[in-house]
Amino acid sequence: MVVSGNRSENVIYLDYQATTPTDPRVVAAMTPYFSERFGNPHSRTHPYGWDAEDAVERARAQVAAIIGAEPREIVFTSGATESNNLAIKGAARFHRARGKDHVVTAATEHKCVLESCRDLEAEGFRVTVLPVRPDGLIDTETVAAALDDATVLVSIMAANNEIGVLQPLAEIGQACRERGVLFHTDAAQAVGKIALDVEAMKIDLLSISSHKLYGPMGMGALYVRRKPRTRLTPLFSGGGQERGLRSGTLPTPLCVGFGMACEIAAADMAAEGQHLRALRQRLYKGLLARIDGVTLNGDPEQRLPGNLNLNFAGIAAEDLMTEAKSVALSTGSACTSASLEPSYVLRALGVPDDLAHGSIRFGLGRFTTEAEIDTVIDRVAAAVEKLRRGGSGVAAE
Amino acid sequence: MSASVYMDYNATAPVRPAAARAVADALVLTGNASSVHGFGRAARRAIEDAREQVAALAATAPENIVFTSGGTEANNLALAGTGRRRILVSAVEHDSVLAAAPEAEILPVDELGLVRLDALADALAVDGAPALVSIMLANNETGVIQPVAEAAAIARRAGALVHCDAVQAAGKIALDFDALGVDLLSLSAHKTGGPQGAGALVVAAGLDLAPSLRGGGQERRRRAGTENLPGIVGFGAAADTARTELDAAARLADWRDEMERRVGRILPAVEAVAAATPRLPNTSCLLTPGLSAETQVMALDLAGIAVSAGSACSSGKVTPSHVLHAMGRGEVAADAIRISLGWCSSRTDIDRFVAAWQDMVTRAGLLPSAA
Repeated sequence: MVVSGNRSENVIYLDYQATTPTDPRVVAAMTPYFSERFGNPHSRTHPYGWDAEDAVERARAQVAAIIGAEPREIVFTSGATESNNLAIKGAARFHRARGKDHVVTAATEHKCVLESCRDLEAEGFRVTVLPVRPDGLIDTETVAAALDDATVLVSIMAANNEIGVLQPLAEIGQACRERGVLFHTDAAQAVGKIALDVEAMKIDLLSISSHKLYGPMGMGALYVRRKPRTRLTPLFSGGGQERGLRSGTLPTPLCVGFGMACEIAAADMAAEGQHLRALRQRLYKGLLARIDGVTLNGDPEQRLPGNLNLNFAGIAAEDLMTEAKSVALSTGSACTSASLEPSYVLRALGVPDDLAHGSIRFGLGRFTTEAEIDTVIDRVAAAVEKLRRGGSGVAAE
Repeated sequence: MSASVYMDYNATAPVRPAAARAVADALVLTGNASSVHGFGRAARRAIEDAREQVAALAATAPENIVFTSGGTEANNLALAGTGRRRILVSAVEHDSVLAAAPEAEILPVDELGLVRLDALADALAVDGAPALVSIMLANNETGVIQPVAEAAAIARRAGALVHCDAVQAAGKIALDFDALGVDLLSLSAHKTGGPQGAGALVVAAGLDLAPSLRGGGQERRRRAGTENLPGIVGFGAAADTARTELDAAARLADWRDEMERRVGRILPAVEAVAAATPRLPNTSCLLTPGLSAETQVMALDLAGIAVSAGSACSSGKVTPSHVLHAMGRGEVAADAIRISLGWCSSRTDIDRFVAAWQDMVTRAGLLPSAA
């Protein structure tokens, strides 16, 4: 499939961790809800409302199923940023009155998790930001050692958005459960890519993004455990939708699309993962064979099937992306991609700044083909060769 | 459902064709608007075009627009973001304003539902603490249009900031952010014929607003989160159409007034609430003494007509309206239904409504000549 969005140029999209194309099956499922089936799902007095409510509840079940949750444990939000803000600030604020004042997270978390914790710090909470190992993984012992009697919540992501590494959720969940501490995981990059189970992993709060798993933008969810019940203070108040945890009219078409995206991902996850791992290996090996001085950031095994994060010695990432502009790549998080600061994630791994400046994220996904990978290898290898030959003046061309 | 008559536009409106096309086009675009590559830049351009369209609807500058997930988020952001602890709200505000500021001082309204400007002036005079005043432009249940510009002038003289919830008014009457003289103004896409899941807060230039959602620094650090590209683009198209079709929206008042006259002729005891004051052209709050709203909406539903018993929010049951209570009409509030028209309404909808309504009151034995 050719991903559109860039006129007719033959540009290959390899930025699936920034956003994924909306799956055509998802678009088809949503379309009727933008036209004849337009009701407000909270309208209780006519069939337009009932039809929309049915659609929203079907979607809720589809989303719940992909993480082993019950439908009523799913709170729909506008996206993972809102889910993370709601989980972290909501849990901390609720338990403040009960003598809890400590939150634990890690240095490589997404910006919205770290910023939410910073908000809490301004409100008087203690925040512990844990270091990670050079492979990007966090030691469960480090988490366990950080917990004290006043710890409300541990927030550790499932999969990193830049380097793709997968944290040991089940171990961390066990450590938290033993201490009676809530465990939140930002699973925006992981849901639909790797198997997750909130029971087996002892997760109390889990954030999901729709547009990272081929669903529409503007949509997400927070899983909120019911047994034992996880209590939150809402971010928005109003009509009392979503059991009072998130007021506002639910966007029916977005719920439907998100639900369909989860159903497709759940069905295809194993095969898709295998396919992506093979493509990623092809890309990695192809680049290693053609280019010297390539190093991988993050653990080679414990990572998302569709993620590679590489350094190219002596080359600045911006120069490489400019030279290989027929491949849509990024330096890391899209949120900070316009910034020239080296990635804080790579810094946390201990990657020196000069190497971090040369790091590129390759995000592969559902519509990436073998032929595209071979083309990418050619284009990136040619770009690196040209840059290494021509020195630093190339970016200005 | 195509055979039925939809008269609940204040709950949500069908998506306008131009907005549906814009959404459909954007759904097949791939690109995170924060990404620097071509896909990201294309998404960014589409969002900035929509920002201009939404800004035009409120007659303000594009840089004043902060996109949100909807009206509720916009209202919550406005009430929490200024840092003002003292908040005054009218008694007839939407639940998302009342619930977002549970400790707010409540400004009374008169029997027509208009906020009492003398009460506002008095409240601001007795206490000099920096305040935020929140007054809606038009009420969602009655359509009553508030004297926002006058209220804002009073508030500003007292050094207060002003927020206006314009969710129901946008696209139904002309909006002018500067003429209203407010600092913050909330908008919702789906009430104007755009998609659900998008909205905006208009923020006056120079006003410092603390974000509620933190993260990637989108929307100039006032609202984090990957932008909802199709939602925003659809909002832009709907705003553009609504702005250019305000004349058509104004003409809905003819049908609405005719409907009210006809039901009044059938049953003189029926009352069109607040008909004596300027209202949104599309909205009618009809009070039928002795016939509960629940009975009415069920009877009308059986006749294929979709109306509501008030606002569409999620209490799950029909509760008497706080709006009518505040107007001193608590004793009859349970008998009121809301009829709201919109861009896809037709003249025959009115005929079908009146026929079904007549049938209903006849069967209920309310007509003097029922024998």
